[in-house]
Amino acid sequence: MMDDECQRLLPLSSNLKQRALIYKLIRSFFEKRDFLEVETPVRVPSIAPEPYIVPFDSDGWYLSTSPELHMKRVLAAGYRRLFQLSRCFRKGEQGHLHNPEFTMLEWYCAGVDYRQIIHHTEELVVLLASAFGFNTTIRYGAQDIDISLPWPRITVRDVYMRFAGWDPIATPDPLRFDIDMVEKIMPNFSKDRPTILLDYPAFAAALARLKPDEPGIVERSEIFIGGLELANIYSELVDADEQKKRFQEAIEQIQCERGKQIAMPEKFLRAVPFITECGGAALGVDRLVMLLCNADSIDKVIPFTADTA
Amino acid sequence: MDIADIHKNVKLLVDGIPYNVDDLEFTKPGKGRAIYRLKLRNLIDGNINDRTFHSGEKVDEAQTTYQQEQYLYRENDHYIFMNTETFEQLFVTEAQIGSKKDFLKEGILVDMLMFGDRPIDITLPNFIEFKVLESEISIKSQTISPQLKAATIETGAVIGVPSFIKEGDLIKVDTRSGTYIERINKK
Repeated sequence: MMDDECQRLLPLSSNLKQRALIYKLIRSFFEKRDFLEVETPVRVPSIAPEPYIVPFDSDGWYLSTSPELHMKRVLAAGYRRLFQLSRCFRKGEQGHLHNPEFTMLEWYCAGVDYRQIIHHTEELVVLLASAFGFNTTIRYGAQDIDISLPWPRITVRDVYMRFAGWDPIATPDPLRFDIDMVEKIMPNFSKDRPTILLDYPAFAAALARLKPDEPGIVERSEIFIGGLELANIYSELVDADEQKKRFQEAIEQIQCERGKQIAMPEKFLRAVPFITECGGAALGVDRLVMLLCNADSIDKVIPFTADTA
Repeated sequence: MDIADIHKNVKLLVDGIPYNVDDLEFTKPGKGRAIYRLKLRNLIDGNINDRTFHSGEKVDEAQTTYQQEQYLYRENDHYIFMNTETFEQLFVTEAQIGSKKDFLKEGILVDMLMFGDRPIDITLPNFIEFKVLESEISIKSQTISPQLKAATIETGAVIGVPSFIKEGDLIKVDTRSGTYIERINKK
């Protein structure tokens, strides 16, 4: 074997072993809670149109950017609890926290909303941390992080008012929202506790449902630990008309900004009316492994990135 | 070009000024736009600027060219080069030369990076031979590591050389790492 590859791969061995253990623990966590593990296709004929997620083409189809649409089609058939560890592909996403090919843990649970899914996430991380010998404190970088439950929750409106001085619900401005998130909001999260952001503005809704009686807000949450964005959680949208309207807007935006045609995911839309009220999460497994192994970049927790493959 | 296609060491033109991308950080929270934080080095004055771009933004690549120049001599805080084809002279500032001055020997040929008719950077040959001006006989206090001792070469720079090197020897140096390679035996 080539020396330099050997020198790169061998020091990863303890992280790779921990990673394998994390997979085992994730599976047992969900099996105990009566979730069924499913596998949906990685190569797919249609994807959810999202303005800032760019797919790889694959012979007229796409490499999956997320297993969400297919898992929801399974839910629509009457399944109530599903989870999946799946490979996802997103063009151009490369950096110390990103690789264009990455692993997502995705789960859906009928009869609950985003608050219950947040509990699942808290429980899962605490369980994994304890299996790794941490009690209520994990160390990431040089920082001790207290992960005792419950984790602090703050609404998007409050956090923007506090650190950016404006209300993205009252004055929707998607561009300013994204830039301030990186430059003003995330750097101000407490370093020694996880942060749960709740209730996003409707323009950042994607596949989440609107909050009843609170116009302009969707039931979406994001969980951050140690500067890592770990999980995205929704009360799932099960209104087919609303879903189609949002997809149509996204398709037009993609056409306008990137000059690309993305087809309406018709088979998924036909299934939407049959999806029962449910909550779901997408959690970045590579980042979860980074957190538990105290690794500062994604290339320390997978043997090959796009640069070394 | 699209900001998504930028990588380290690409040369960009921002507000008419050429910059080198010294570092690039990619962040993409949630399902929002990708945010690219660039550390840009102004190729004219060497200053560092941080700039943030987001997905969809277009940037201009700085149109640069290389030409071969011969280094002639130093005058005050300028280094004077001559184009080997046109014999025109170019003045390069000390700030632009930076630490490369350590191995800038009179008479050598360099690749000069040009922005229009402005010189902005030089690339030295990987290996250059230098005469050793001064290297005292190995005494413990002057050794910089068990195997190496300090020697002053003709540009005035001090590098580590093996103990058998004497004043007047010709040595080959790797200009990228600044390390001694070998002694050149004169015929």
